[in-house]
Amino acid sequence: MAADIRPKRPFRWHIGIFLAPAVLVYTAIMILPLAGTLQLSLFRNIEQHQIFVGLDNFRTLFGDPNWSVNFWNALRNNVWFFIIHMLVQNPIGVMLAALLSSPRLRFAAFYRTAIFVPTILSFVIVGFAWKLILSPLWGVAPHMMDLVGLKSFFTPWLGKEQYALTALSLISVWQFVGIPMMLIYAALLSIPEEVIEAAECDGITGMSQFWKIKLPLILPSIGIISILTFVGNFNAFDLIYTAQGALAGPNYSTDILGTFLYRAFFGFQLQVGDPNMGAAIATMMFLIILGGVCVYLFLVQTRLRRYQF
Amino acid sequence: MTTKLLTALLLGTSILGSAGMASAADVTLNIESWRGDDLSIWKDKLIPAFEAKNPGIKVVFAPSAPTEYDAALGAKLAAGSAGDLITCRPFDKSLELYKKGNLADLSALPGMENFSPVAKSAWQTDDGKASFCVPMASVIHGFIYNKDAFDKLGIKVPTTRDEFFAALDKIKADGTYIPMAMGTKDLWEAATMGYQNIGPNYWKGEDGRAALIKGDQKLTDKDWVAPYEELAKWKPYLGDGFEAQTYPDSQNLFTLGRAAIYPAGSWEIGLFNTQAQFKMGAFPPPVEKAGDTCYISDHTDIGMGLNAASKNADAAKTFLSWVASPDFATIYANALPGFFSLNSAPVKMADPLAQEFVSWRGKCKSTIRSTYQILSRGTPNLENETWVESANVINGTDTPEAAAKKLQTGLDSWYKPAK
Repeated sequence: MAADIRPKRPFRWHIGIFLAPAVLVYTAIMILPLAGTLQLSLFRNIEQHQIFVGLDNFRTLFGDPNWSVNFWNALRNNVWFFIIHMLVQNPIGVMLAALLSSPRLRFAAFYRTAIFVPTILSFVIVGFAWKLILSPLWGVAPHMMDLVGLKSFFTPWLGKEQYALTALSLISVWQFVGIPMMLIYAALLSIPEEVIEAAECDGITGMSQFWKIKLPLILPSIGIISILTFVGNFNAFDLIYTAQGALAGPNYSTDILGTFLYRAFFGFQLQVGDPNMGAAIATMMFLIILGGVCVYLFLVQTRLRRYQF
Repeated sequence: MTTKLLTALLLGTSILGSAGMASAADVTLNIESWRGDDLSIWKDKLIPAFEAKNPGIKVVFAPSAPTEYDAALGAKLAAGSAGDLITCRPFDKSLELYKKGNLADLSALPGMENFSPVAKSAWQTDDGKASFCVPMASVIHGFIYNKDAFDKLGIKVPTTRDEFFAALDKIKADGTYIPMAMGTKDLWEAATMGYQNIGPNYWKGEDGRAALIKGDQKLTDKDWVAPYEELAKWKPYLGDGFEAQTYPDSQNLFTLGRAAIYPAGSWEIGLFNTQAQFKMGAFPPPVEKAGDTCYISDHTDIGMGLNAASKNADAAKTFLSWVASPDFATIYANALPGFFSLNSAPVKMADPLAQEFVSWRGKCKSTIRSTYQILSRGTPNLENETWVESANVINGTDTPEAAAKKLQTGLDSWYKPAK
């Protein structure tokens, strides 16, 4: 309507042209495959033909105990995987960042690099290395625990139903703790000196300075990290696959949505892959992640106070 | 999303990979396989033998990792970038490929007459009319033992179950060796080297397997639960932390001489011969009473088929006919002791351990793994569930009865035997 009042302006082609590369690439490699997956989940392969079946695949996924038991098990495990990351990885990340940003710490650059290095390692290396470390036969873990007299606490963690998932979550935490650390570290460094000085003038130093001044200022970064952790965890697959195999043993205790999807989509050993059911699981993963991100965007992020300096 | 990406990646690698070897007039055949371990045998023995007889045809053996083979092959076939020759998994995996039109019909291939119907059964349509892979080899299950350890402890090779457990007790009491090298971490050891190894003696081989497919027997019947009861008894004889012991761990434990008995498949022979520094022997799964008929799992494991989309079909058929010939069988069986030729022509083998394994074919009745034909077509997949439950039984997570019940319930949910 504004256009009616104002004199007619030439159509601004350059906006479209400048946007085009990003839009085209993003559409081709993200949006189209995503739409393809959603579409695939509504079809079923009947006698070598793809037949439209509506929501039948989802009915099977939730109604047929052969699928639903596995799905809920995978979702539960995935939630536990996420909880461990939120409770262990992110607090440790924040703590490390706070320590690193302390001006009195020597060799800060070395620590920063050393803690970040596992993040750039391949999952295959991490999975294999930890499998060896924790191996009851040749691992260093039983030996080192023996040295400090804790041998009796050693069990083959990766092979025990009750510990395997937690052990794997902690391995993943070990690998990725560098990311929250780096993000928080950057956020801490960007807090202006004046704010800190003002706090010091008011007699707020040390721990209380961290809790009362710095933490509120880095809350938006912590929010971003939480959402990155959420998305990363619900898309996780590699570590479980390399450490436990596609059947996510023992007794499916480490099965998460990613491995469940893999088995359904590509099949495993004698199990022939079913891309349609796989796509249905992928769609559920997409919806779960979408739901989580929406909750964050609309309920959490809008309430976070931002400070402009 | 992931398949498309995977397909694109595979397409990319295959284009890059094949760009280098586009040579002038020669036809180049690519073999898809999961047997990366055999790379040197193909390169140094089999392919030169073939190329010497068939100038103008070049063969490249291009294996991928066993656990990724099926998914990668499926994606490559869909993208049209798969090799000319495809190593066939037995039964449904290959049948599926044939039905999709990925594998060509080879019933009329010269050389197919060299194989018995049983040998061909793993790569035929259910009605037996069309064959689509040339059978290459089977593997036999049994137990490999450390002969030095047995001699030192004065243990005779056990033939009955009582003798078997007495031997295990003796090894355990002595304490020098871990009685049995097996772990449950990778799950399939428990199912394949455990359940499918000792099972045929209980369910009477082919009789039980056929009855199961027909629906006359159930997995909850005594004959099918009993092997689980025996597996549950293995637990105290396994090494410390066997729950996290992987398949390579088990192999190493045995070849390093730390374990006395290894529940095996004959495919181990090649590796063990090169790694173990002690004398080895083998015995078939022990029977209940001396003199009982013994049954062994002589599982059709590997074949080779023709990619229906191959541009070099004629050259590929020449190669397959050679694979079906006794020439190939002799080189293959000797180069890979433990993979026994399915060719009707008798093959001379030099390896004593391989000879021991193959000699059981004469005195025991052969069968194949119970879960492979027809019964693993649905969801839940019986073979995969058998892996999980076999490991559960050994770990003590499930009782034998509970495990059998779970398997049968899963099977009942989709399998309706033809009456």
